[in-house]
Amino acid sequence: MTKIEAVIQPSKLDAVKAALQAIGISGMMVLDIRGHGRQKGHTEIYRGREYNVDLLPKIKLELVVNDEQVEEVERAIANAARTGQIGDGKIFRSRIDEVIRIRNDERGPDAI
Amino acid sequence: MKKVFAGFAIALFAVVITSVCFAQNAPPSGATPSTITASDMTRLEARIAEAKTSADNAKSSADNAWMLTSAALVLMMTGPGLALFYGGMVRKKNVISVLMQSFALMAVISILWAIVGYSLAFAHGNSFIGGFEHLFLRGVGAAPDPDYSATIPAATFMIFQMMFAVITPALITGAFAERMKFSSMLVFMVLWMILVYAPMTHMIWGKGGLLNFAQGGAIPTLDFAGGTVVEILSGVSSLVAALYMGKRLGYPKETFVPHSLVISFTGACLLWVGWFGFNAGSALGAGSLATSAFMATHFASAAAVIGWCFCEWIINGKPTVLGAISGAVAGMVAITPASGFVGPMPAMVIGLLAGMLCYFMVTRVKAKFGYDDSLDVFGVHGMGGTLGMVLTGVFASKAVNPAGLSGLIEGESRQVLRQLESVGIAWVLALGGTLLALILVDKIMGLRVSVQDEIDGLDQTLHDEEAYAYETQTR
Repeated sequence: MTKIEAVIQPSKLDAVKAALQAIGISGMMVLDIRGHGRQKGHTEIYRGREYNVDLLPKIKLELVVNDEQVEEVERAIANAARTGQIGDGKIFRSRIDEVIRIRNDERGPDAI
Repeated sequence: MKKVFAGFAIALFAVVITSVCFAQNAPPSGATPSTITASDMTRLEARIAEAKTSADNAKSSADNAWMLTSAALVLMMTGPGLALFYGGMVRKKNVISVLMQSFALMAVISILWAIVGYSLAFAHGNSFIGGFEHLFLRGVGAAPDPDYSATIPAATFMIFQMMFAVITPALITGAFAERMKFSSMLVFMVLWMILVYAPMTHMIWGKGGLLNFAQGGAIPTLDFAGGTVVEILSGVSSLVAALYMGKRLGYPKETFVPHSLVISFTGACLLWVGWFGFNAGSALGAGSLATSAFMATHFASAAAVIGWCFCEWIINGKPTVLGAISGAVAGMVAITPASGFVGPMPAMVIGLLAGMLCYFMVTRVKAKFGYDDSLDVFGVHGMGGTLGMVLTGVFASKAVNPAGLSGLIEGESRQVLRQLESVGIAWVLALGGTLLALILVDKIMGLRVSVQDEIDGLDQTLHDEEAYAYETQTR
């Protein structure tokens, strides 16, 4: 069982959701975050004072998927989220030790 | 069918009105013009007196209606106008503290005004302060006070002035926003009203006031709606308070971004509309002087927006909404003393200059000297008011207001000097009185919140409240 975390541009969320739905993925978590990698921020100005805003709004998706689907999911996310510019984001893959369904205590890959 | 009926109704109405008019013009019965007797004359004189009373009552009603409306508009300038204007400019963790300061002053200053404030400002006294004749509003009722206005109840005048007394301390809260104890603020403001506001008001507008041009003051000063009383006093007192209390933690290195310009914008619009009550209401009547002051106020505001934004656009590259609303306020501050004495074109000049001067005060001078006047009360109100008082001496015109005085444009060069003298008095009074009040309150109860309280935010630490609870509510 694998966890996929994807940091993407907020404007790409709809496209990524649609792409995931198209390959049959129904569960995901979406978080509003701020951050940056190499992307520069912008300046704002208030009564003549300049402020550097370098933490930019991003969307983070978290999904837990079966090992067989991992590459398909990563490809779907990357293709939907890509613009070719700095700031497109990143995908992180990590291992999940256990998944438990709260409703009926089902465990393992069937609980995903 | 509806149009036919409406036309018929209008025609019938016209016939009725015309016949009523003709009926009133009918001569006294039983007399021809060549044989008017003494008793006819008596009756005619009685009818003329009745007509005059009716006309006077109508004028009083009109004046009183406008004055009560103006008073309500000025109160609206504090709540929610100023409360929102300031509220949006502070960080989210302190917005409730800003709202609470303005609102609490609406309550506390009103009561203080009724008990002793009005009397100290407007009762008989000496050249510098009033007396206790009107303690607890004694003698302030339905009858006009002829020293102030012949057509409105003295109580209306008191109510109108009360709203000025409310907003002036509320303006000062902008200087020490985000770091002043609420309890200390209340005590400080009560002292400040008595030490600073009441004497200035008495000198400029009170009976026998030193600067009261309409009642033979030794230094006849033109201040239509409070360039000294409201703007300079609040602005200079704010500078004193900001310097005495010191800077906010992290100022100026950390970023202090307004948490909601939408809220500030809303407040600024309410200030613009409310200012018509502030300035046009200072005509103390519903006649053409109110129109003149209304016009001057509006055009000054408009020109000041352009002035500030023009500077911003050229110097910073983009115009901002914070700049635009700040410009509007600067223009209205500057026109406040001039509004009933100048024409619309000079009003535009005053506004334009104020927009540009205050832009430089706020963006350059403050940074250079490093004081933390958090919401720029000195830069906008203090300096805008000073500029406005001086320009009043330049542009005042007896053609605009025959009951006023002439300024430089009508060849009277002394008025600018008198204006400068009154500005000096206002500055000294604000400096001395504010410092005294701050020291007293500081020694008794301390002025500033603790470092941890300031970090955690005043909304939580002073009021146990959260401004935007929806952000953490899930159900």
